Amino acid sequence: MKARFSMLGIALTLAASGTANAADGWQTINAQCVACHAVKKPTVQGLDHIWQRKGPDLYYAGDKFRREWLVRWLQHPTVIRPAGVFYRKAVAAGVKDDTIAKKPARHMHLSEAQARAVADTLMTLHGAKDHIETGAAPKSASGGRIGKLFFVKLRGCAACHQSARGEGGVSGPELYDAGARLQPDYIYSYTKNPQAFDPHVWMPRLELSSRDLGRLTGYLMSLDGKEE
Amino acid sequence: MYRQLRHALGATALLLACTVSASDAHAAGDQAEAKRLYDTYCVQCHGVKRNGKGINAAHMSVQPRDHSDAKGMTDIPNKELYTAIREGGLAVDKSVLMPSWKGVLSDKQIHELVSYLRFVCKCGPGYSK
Repeated sequence: MKARFSMLGIALTLAASGTANAADGWQTINAQCVACHAVKKPTVQGLDHIWQRKGPDLYYAGDKFRREWLVRWLQHPTVIRPAGVFYRKAVAAGVKDDTIAKKPARHMHLSEAQARAVADTLMTLHGAKDHIETGAAPKSASGGRIGKLFFVKLRGCAACHQSARGEGGVSGPELYDAGARLQPDYIYSYTKNPQAFDPHVWMPRLELSSRDLGRLTGYLMSLDGKEE
Repeated sequence: MYRQLRHALGATALLLACTVSASDAHAAGDQAEAKRLYDTYCVQCHGVKRNGKGINAAHMSVQPRDHSDAKGMTDIPNKELYTAIREGGLAVDKSVLMPSWKGVLSDKQIHELVSYLRFVCKCGPGYSK
């Protein structure tokens, strides 16, 4: 009888802590995140949205990120987009090539408790679930040299993205920790059709075969941000 | 009779002026839209000054085309520019690094970009000073 009560007590405590966590997450998000990030799908997603937003959309964060990466990153944020959330607003003509005239704003840090609460809440946001091809990504990181060859040369991804620090273009987000940051099916689905997730985004739709998408996804899954 | 003719001519001139003005406004609107499209999608490689020196250019094995270069742009037919934007560089025997934009831009937007490229290079078919 006592055991039953204590089990019930533990269950109630866990349920209450879950609710508290979600409430804390939303409290932090509403206070500190929504000024820059859309946590609800915008009613109009025209080109103006691309030009006006201050941070990446988060209304599909639960379809996109790995929770543990979010918990770490929110405590120790790094620059993911070297030229800011929209490169065009940051670049200017340089002496030779264009340069980044406006460095990305530093992202706020959260405490561990806040980071866990916010990550838990963000993982409940599934505004792009209809565009995720569940199970399409390779079962494990793979691709190796052929994947890198596709990324760097055959498909030209490295023109806009870095697959190692300092190696690759900067108008798109860095991908050298893509495997730690992003869910495999998201990598596959977004690469297949970026505009399904982010209408009007400046990443082209490459019309890759499922085999090539698998190769690229496997390669990106292998990138964990640790130096080779 | 003479007065009627003068009235008719006046009305025709007014109509023509309005038509030309509306057409100019339409063209200016198209060009503003094309400029914004260029700024959104093309500047990352082709550069703020449209000279092929975009922020990504240093990381590309083949340098993006300089759209401000009248000499290099003048002999490229509009059809080829359209195909390069719509289908990508490989479709016109150029680099794979120029991607296909047909999944992102409509045919009308691509045509507007072709006209805009003529405005940028101040050259080629369809460009009038």
